[in-house]
Amino acid sequence: MNPLAFDFMQRALIAALLVGLAAPAVGVFLVQRRLSLMGDGIGHIALTGVALGFLLGTAPVLTAVVVASIGAVVIELVRQHGRTGGDVALALMFYGGIAGGVLLIGLSPEGGNASLLSYLFGSLTAVSPTDVVVISVLSGALLLTLAVVGRQMFAVCHDEEYAKVAGLPVRTLNLLLAVMAALTVTVAMRVVGLLLVSALMVVPVATAQQLVRGFRATVVVALGAGVLASVSGVLGSFYTNTAPGALIVVVALGCFALASVGGVLVRHRRRTFGDLLVAPPALTTTKEPTPR
Amino acid sequence: MTDAVIDLRGATVAYDGRAALTGVDLHVAPREVVAVLGANGSGKSTLIRAVLGLIPLAEGDLALFGTPFLHFHDWTRIGYVPQRGGATTGVPATVREVVSTGRLALTGLRRPRAADREAVDRAIATVGLSDRAGDSVSTLSGGQQQRVLIARALTCDPELLVLDEPTAGVDAASQAGLAETLGELANGGATIVLVAHELGPMTPLITRAVTMADGRVLHDGAPPDSDHLHLHDPEHAHPVHEPHPSSRHVWGLR
Repeated sequence: MNPLAFDFMQRALIAALLVGLAAPAVGVFLVQRRLSLMGDGIGHIALTGVALGFLLGTAPVLTAVVVASIGAVVIELVRQHGRTGGDVALALMFYGGIAGGVLLIGLSPEGGNASLLSYLFGSLTAVSPTDVVVISVLSGALLLTLAVVGRQMFAVCHDEEYAKVAGLPVRTLNLLLAVMAALTVTVAMRVVGLLLVSALMVVPVATAQQLVRGFRATVVVALGAGVLASVSGVLGSFYTNTAPGALIVVVALGCFALASVGGVLVRHRRRTFGDLLVAPPALTTTKEPTPR
Repeated sequence: MTDAVIDLRGATVAYDGRAALTGVDLHVAPREVVAVLGANGSGKSTLIRAVLGLIPLAEGDLALFGTPFLHFHDWTRIGYVPQRGGATTGVPATVREVVSTGRLALTGLRRPRAADREAVDRAIATVGLSDRAGDSVSTLSGGQQQRVLIARALTCDPELLVLDEPTAGVDAASQAGLAETLGELANGGATIVLVAHELGPMTPLITRAVTMADGRVLHDGAPPDSDHLHLHDPEHAHPVHEPHPSSRHVWGLR
């Protein structure tokens, strides 16, 4: 049975490919700031957006984009100005988002449990032709934006105060990152589902960290791991008839486990053999400073 | 008359209603090397953070290079070395990646060119970390991480270098190396303002010392006698180590 023979699988695979690229590309900056759970918080808020779409009879993706973006900006503003710590702000969003979502779906006439589940855990048949267009445009915009402001974003996430003194538009970049995280969540929710979308933003990055030393290298490996997990997860769920989100995350975690073992072996080899290979007599390591 | 590099007048800063700075004046002329001294909580770090605009002034006026702060955008003229701690984050970054962010004040959104990469390599070489440029910052020692932050501040060849506790938790050899680098920059015409607990090998470089206590300037003038520097307790002076001749050219040593 060739999965590519089905239109819905073609659409699901295109979406998986784009989501596998966009989610870790944005997620790496959240991990860098130690805000790994922010994607989760936004995912919960987006549920309220989806439910609002059911209630109003509009496309749930659109209301999810709007509500998730507002929620992400609020989280960021609380982080910047509030006395509440970032983690407490996230917790409030978690609870508020889920409660609001369940409440609104209860009120809506047609929001059945089945469609709710497809938003929570992803669904192969859920990706409509319109969804493919929306996902392509949004993930293309996300990747293009990062190609332009990625260096600045790295500087801000690395050291916010220094970035201010370097004259970077720190507040704007922080808000931009929050909105990009919200867009990523809504882009990914059809395939991965709202409850698991954050995993695709974080786990490939964690996987890359086991293997490489630099930020750029981390991004490259994370994108590869993200695409591998999302595409193979979608394919696997076609054969096993399971929710793609769950399988994508299981594959991603499997990659992480393999990378952890690989990373330990590499570091062990470096420690055991590296010193023997590279340590010359002490005198020759003493370098004169380069004159200015 | 040349403009003062830093012109801070009547600065008052409050955290949660508690005054951290009260009516502080700080004027720094070109080519001065000013040490801001004081005990913990005296307001010395607050003072330089206020000078950089990182903390808003409740009262007072600030001008940098003769330009009122609100209109100042020439950030390439300033190199800032924050307290160590910001050197590592959730995702590993190499020495070169971190130092490269210093160049963003100049490059903006455009892609880095050969000249930018050379400036980054030069800054890394200045602090003696060329052989570690591709390594993750988190694998470096405390003194080496401090040097990464210094290199980052040097990438735009700043006219004013501001350092917050650059010697805190840094071993003696690295302190001597830092003193040497700062000496070369000062000879090249840079203005330097640094916050310190102890000056150590940097003592001969200092042209002026500002001593803070309780958010006010206690003393502003000639640096303390280098043989009997006593920052914390005037009753119990302790000598400062003069830079030993053999401590020159030590960035490469650990």
